[in-house]
Amino acid sequence: MATTLHTAAVRPQARPDQRTRTLARAWRAATVVAAVAIAFAVLLPIIWMLFASFRPEQDIVTNPPTLFPRAFTLANYREIWHAIPFAELYRNTLLFAGSVTVISLCFDSMAAYALARLEFKGRNTVFVGILVMLMLPFQITLVPLYDLLNNLHLVNTFTGMIVPRATNAFGIFFMRQFFLSLPKDMEEAARIDGASEWRIYWQVILPLARPALLTLGLFHFQYNWNDLLWPLIMTSDNSHATIPAGLSLFMGQHVTQYGMLMAGAVLSLLPVILMFLLIQRSFVQGIATTGIK
Amino acid sequence: MSLQITSHPPAAAAGRGSRPGGRPRGRLSYRGRQARAAWLFLTPSLVVLTVFVVYPMIQAGYLSFTSYNLVQAAQWVGLGNYRHMLHDPQVWNALRNTLVYAAVSTPVSVLLALALALFLNRAMALRGFLRSAVFLPFVVSLGVVSIAWSFLLDPDIGLLSDWLSHLGVTTQQGYLQDPSTAMAAVIAVGVWKNVGFYMIMYLAGLQSIPGELYDAARADGANAWQRLRNVTWPLLANQTMLITIMAAIGTLQAFDQIYVMTHGGPFFQTETLVMFTYRIGFENNQFGYAAAVSWVLLLLVFALSMVQFTYFRKRVVTF
Repeated sequence: MATTLHTAAVRPQARPDQRTRTLARAWRAATVVAAVAIAFAVLLPIIWMLFASFRPEQDIVTNPPTLFPRAFTLANYREIWHAIPFAELYRNTLLFAGSVTVISLCFDSMAAYALARLEFKGRNTVFVGILVMLMLPFQITLVPLYDLLNNLHLVNTFTGMIVPRATNAFGIFFMRQFFLSLPKDMEEAARIDGASEWRIYWQVILPLARPALLTLGLFHFQYNWNDLLWPLIMTSDNSHATIPAGLSLFMGQHVTQYGMLMAGAVLSLLPVILMFLLIQRSFVQGIATTGIK
Repeated sequence: MSLQITSHPPAAAAGRGSRPGGRPRGRLSYRGRQARAAWLFLTPSLVVLTVFVVYPMIQAGYLSFTSYNLVQAAQWVGLGNYRHMLHDPQVWNALRNTLVYAAVSTPVSVLLALALALFLNRAMALRGFLRSAVFLPFVVSLGVVSIAWSFLLDPDIGLLSDWLSHLGVTTQQGYLQDPSTAMAAVIAVGVWKNVGFYMIMYLAGLQSIPGELYDAARADGANAWQRLRNVTWPLLANQTMLITIMAAIGTLQAFDQIYVMTHGGPFFQTETLVMFTYRIGFENNQFGYAAAVSWVLLLLVFALSMVQFTYFRKRVVTF
């Protein structure tokens, strides 16, 4: 941090006036200090979690508390795999969140294409219906939804977990806003060349929608990867349980083993953080062009 | 304006008059084929949404007039649940908490997001890192990270409690256990989680404002505050509308951090409508009553959206 501050401060100024230069330098230093403070404040729980996962139990539950570990251990990461079926939970979560993301991106963008680029009677009605669902609290449907899936014998199956999430009002809305912002020229040209609507969607529109698809993909993936309530309700044994549900069970059973809990928590956060870091460059672009303007 | 239902892309209207070349295939006209294609594109989504969202929602409406408890068949009780609600102090408490949560959390989130976006829209060291850092809480699981927050706020071994006590802010019971601070703590975590997302939306808005407008304002002698007040803020009206709606709807539905950190306590001080619905539904098995309360929540969300919608619609500035 000190080097950054230094290089920022010695950058030559346009104005020769000594006082202005000092002021600008102080201002810039203050900005960097503020930036570091904000980053630290925001990341504190995650940093704490990371450190806690490497601490022995007695070093976490101690007074006075410290941020940095006084002792270091990898035992938490070794033991979590045996304390609960962690590998299985991981695989289940990946299967659930991965499938939902891929299927939903497909269905959402198809519906959005129709709503944004095609003309048909009833378009506004469908769109208003989607907006209504956007405002609907998910919890309101939980009980009847469980009943329905129970009657279809889909409780405790991946199908039952995935299919109700196969499309999403927010995803349709998000993609529609992006599609509205695309120019019409290429599509018209393709239509004149006799391309089918499916080909226009697949070969013209979707490639242009890459940043929006990546952004929405991150939303879908993180939402389902992190979701606690839905997998918890839909699974009755470990064979289909996901990590958040597994960790919550773990919390109940081994309530004192915080180090292990934090190791599991850190491992559970890794995929979404990695995915975010991978696509973050498309991210602002994805939101910027999604017609919020 | 994005949320305007009537906003067609101008090109779509133009395309109708000048029909693209090529002979219409089959018996359907160009528009007929387009309509058929549109419905085919919509089918997967509409089937899923109808079966797994619309039907359960209607079913929830029906259940709200019954005494359903998942074990016995639903018994019709008419408006019984709704009448009971009027005299149930727990419902009024949950409603008040929900409104307090939303009324504090929404403006704080939106203003903080705007401040962060303005700060991070300038050229500065660490900008990319800082943007990612502020956004990171949004992608991590609130259910998981709430455990860390509870730990940091623990009265005996909590790091934050310890630091705050050095600053003279002390707590005997712990922030989550003290009825006067529990709500503030839960709100703070909710804001922490979402502010990065709203900040990114504001950043996107800031980047869409043409630089010439600022040059012109500078030429007219506008200072930084006047530029913010007269250029940035009005041109961000659409963003503000969308972010405020999303923030308000999100806060009305807050659940994870409350469930993990306080479970609605202490003394029901942080029990919001969703938490209440969960408790009486999934813990007390009163599904009929839970459905009735969730319909009240639904109406609340709608009313709020409509108020914001009409308010912001008048103030939209386009360029």
